[in-house]
Amino acid sequence: MERKYNQIRAMLSISKASLKSITRNPSAVVFNLLFPLIFIIVFGFIGGGGFSVDLAVEEKSDMENPVIQSLQNIKTIKLKTGIPDEELKTKLEKGQIDGVIGITKGFVDNKISYNVNLKTSSASMDRGSVIKMILNDIVDKINLSKINIDVPLARLNEQIVEGRKYKTIDFILPGQLGFSLLSAGIFGTAFVFINLRQTFVLKRFFATPIKRMYIILGESFARLIFSIFSAVIIIGIGNFVFGFTLVHGFVTFLNMILLSIIALIVFLGFGFLVSGIAKNEHAVPPIANLITLPQFLLSGTFFPISNFPSWLQPVAKVLPLTYLNEAMRKIAFEGTSLFGVGNDILILLGWGVVIYLLAAKTFKWE
Amino acid sequence: MSNIIEVKSLVKKYDSLTAVEGISFEVKEGEIFGLLGPNGAGKTTTLEIMETLRDKTSGEVTICGLSLDKSPNEIKNIIGVQLQAAGYYPNLTLVELLNLFAGLYNVDVNTMEMLDLVDLKEKAKAKYKELSGGQKQRFSIATTLINSPKVIFLDEPTTGLDPQARRNLWDLVNNIQSKGTTVMLTTHYMDEAEFLCHRVGIIDKGKIITIDTPNNLIDHLIKKGFKRPKQVKEATLEDVFLDLTGKELRDE
Repeated sequence: MERKYNQIRAMLSISKASLKSITRNPSAVVFNLLFPLIFIIVFGFIGGGGFSVDLAVEEKSDMENPVIQSLQNIKTIKLKTGIPDEELKTKLEKGQIDGVIGITKGFVDNKISYNVNLKTSSASMDRGSVIKMILNDIVDKINLSKINIDVPLARLNEQIVEGRKYKTIDFILPGQLGFSLLSAGIFGTAFVFINLRQTFVLKRFFATPIKRMYIILGESFARLIFSIFSAVIIIGIGNFVFGFTLVHGFVTFLNMILLSIIALIVFLGFGFLVSGIAKNEHAVPPIANLITLPQFLLSGTFFPISNFPSWLQPVAKVLPLTYLNEAMRKIAFEGTSLFGVGNDILILLGWGVVIYLLAAKTFKWE
Repeated sequence: MSNIIEVKSLVKKYDSLTAVEGISFEVKEGEIFGLLGPNGAGKTTTLEIMETLRDKTSGEVTICGLSLDKSPNEIKNIIGVQLQAAGYYPNLTLVELLNLFAGLYNVDVNTMEMLDLVDLKEKAKAKYKELSGGQKQRFSIATTLINSPKVIFLDEPTTGLDPQARRNLWDLVNNIQSKGTTVMLTTHYMDEAEFLCHRVGIIDKGKIITIDTPNNLIDHLIKKGFKRPKQVKEATLEDVFLDLTGKELRDE
C-alpha cells in the first residue's frame, strides 16, 4: 500500500465501461434519442404552416371578376377549384372545407353587378366567420373604389408589432427533452442496477477495493454523460433542422443543458427507487411506467397544462416533469436565466430530496 | 512455510440456519489449498466471508497478517477473487473489461499479457457474452490476477466444464501457483482435489471434518482396512474419453 487507493480513478473506470455498455445497447439509444427525435420530426413537419382556411369555388362560378382576383392574393385563403358541386355540400358539412363561394355575373341598369354567394357551415364556424369577414372587406373595397371618394371619412391604420414567432417545435422540443431525461433516468438506471445485481457484476465489484457509493456514482455519471449527449443532439437537430428557438443562442443552449443535468440527477433517484422496489427486471416496466406515463401525458409534454380540465390541473401541478417542462420552455423561448426559473428548480430539487430518501431506504445491493 | 491465511472458530448464522459452525484452518504460503464438501456444506459461505463479501457472525480471519475486521479494504487489495457466479458487462470486450478491473484495483496492466496468461489472446476483441464456459472461467481467473495478489480464491472453478477445459484449467492453476501465488479453491470433484491440492480440508454441514494432504488421507483410509469394492483398472472412463477426443480445448 505504497500508493493511496484512488476511489475516483476506480469510479471513472466504471463510468467508462458503463458508457460503452450503454452505447452498445440498442434499447438505450432508442429510448433516449430515437423516440424524442421521431416526435420532434413529426411535430416539426406538422407545425409551421400558419393559419389558413379552405374556400371552395363552385364549378359554375364566374372566375373573371375582381373578387376572385383579390381572394387569390390573400395568403390566409386557400382557394380550391375543381371539386364537383355534389361533393361540396358533404365536404362542407364534414368541415373538410370551410366555405363555398359561387359568383354570378349580372347586369343592373346595363351595369355589371356581381352576386357573391357564400355558404359556410356550423362544422367550422370560426373559419367560416373569417371567410365572411375577408369577403366583406373585399366587397367593400371594390365598391368604394367605384365611388371615387377624395377624403375618406375614416381610415384604419394598422400597425403590427413584430413578435417572436412561437412555433410548434418551440413547444414540443422542451417537452420531448424533458421526457427523454425522465425515461433515461428511470428506465436506464432501474434496468442497469437490477441487471448488475442479478448477473453478479456488482458482487464482483464488491470484491475490489472500490467503495459502494462510488460504484453508484460511476454508473450514474455514465448515464448522465449519455443523456446530456442525447440532449445536445436533440436540441441541435431541433435548432438547425426545425428552427427551434434559442433566444440567446449559445447561452440559452448552455442553460438548457445545465437544467437537463439538474433534472437528470433528480430523475436518477426515481430509477434507484424503482430498482429497489422491483424484485426482478420483469417488474421494472410496470413500476417505471406507473411513474413515467402520467407525467408523459399530464406534464405538458404534448399539450399546455392550461388546456386540461380544472380538476386535472392540480394533479399536473404536482408532477416534477411539469416543472422541468415549464422551466425548459421559459429558458428556451423567453430567454429566462436559471435563476429566473429558480422556483421550478427548487420544486424539482424538493422532489429529488424526497425520492432519494425513499431510494436510500429501499435500495438493495444483492 | 508460514501461514498466509488463518481462520479461527468462524461462525456464520442466518435467521434459522447455521451455515458455518466454528471452523478453523490455516493455509500455508505458496500452496494450493482445497476446501472440499458436498453442495450446501458451507464452502462458498466460508470463502465469501474471507473475500470480504459476507459478514461473519463470529470468529477471526487473518490474511497476510491483516485482520478481516480491521482492514477489509487492505485485504481486498492483496487478494484475487473468482466467484462461482460472477458477471461482467456482457457487451464489453475482454480488453475493455480488464481495463475496467485495472481501474478498480488502481493498477496499470498489460492487457494482452494478462490474456496470454489465460490463453485468451486471440479473444481480446471478443465480448464476454460470446465466450464459452471454459473461456469465461479462464477470463474470470485473469481478472483475479490483475492486482498481482498474494492469494487467489477460486470457487468451484471447473464446475460445468468439459474434461478438456477442466484439465486446461488445472494447468492454469498450477502455473499460477508455480509463480508464487497461494491458491485457495473449493470443489466437489475429488480427482481435481487430488491432482491440484497440496492440502485439503473436508467440510460438511458447516464443520471441518479433517485437514491433511490428499495422500495422507488416502493412506489413512487404507490403513483402516478400506478396500474398493471393485478392482481398480489401470485407466478410467475419463482417460478413455480424453484418449478418443484428444486433450485440445474445444471451446475456441
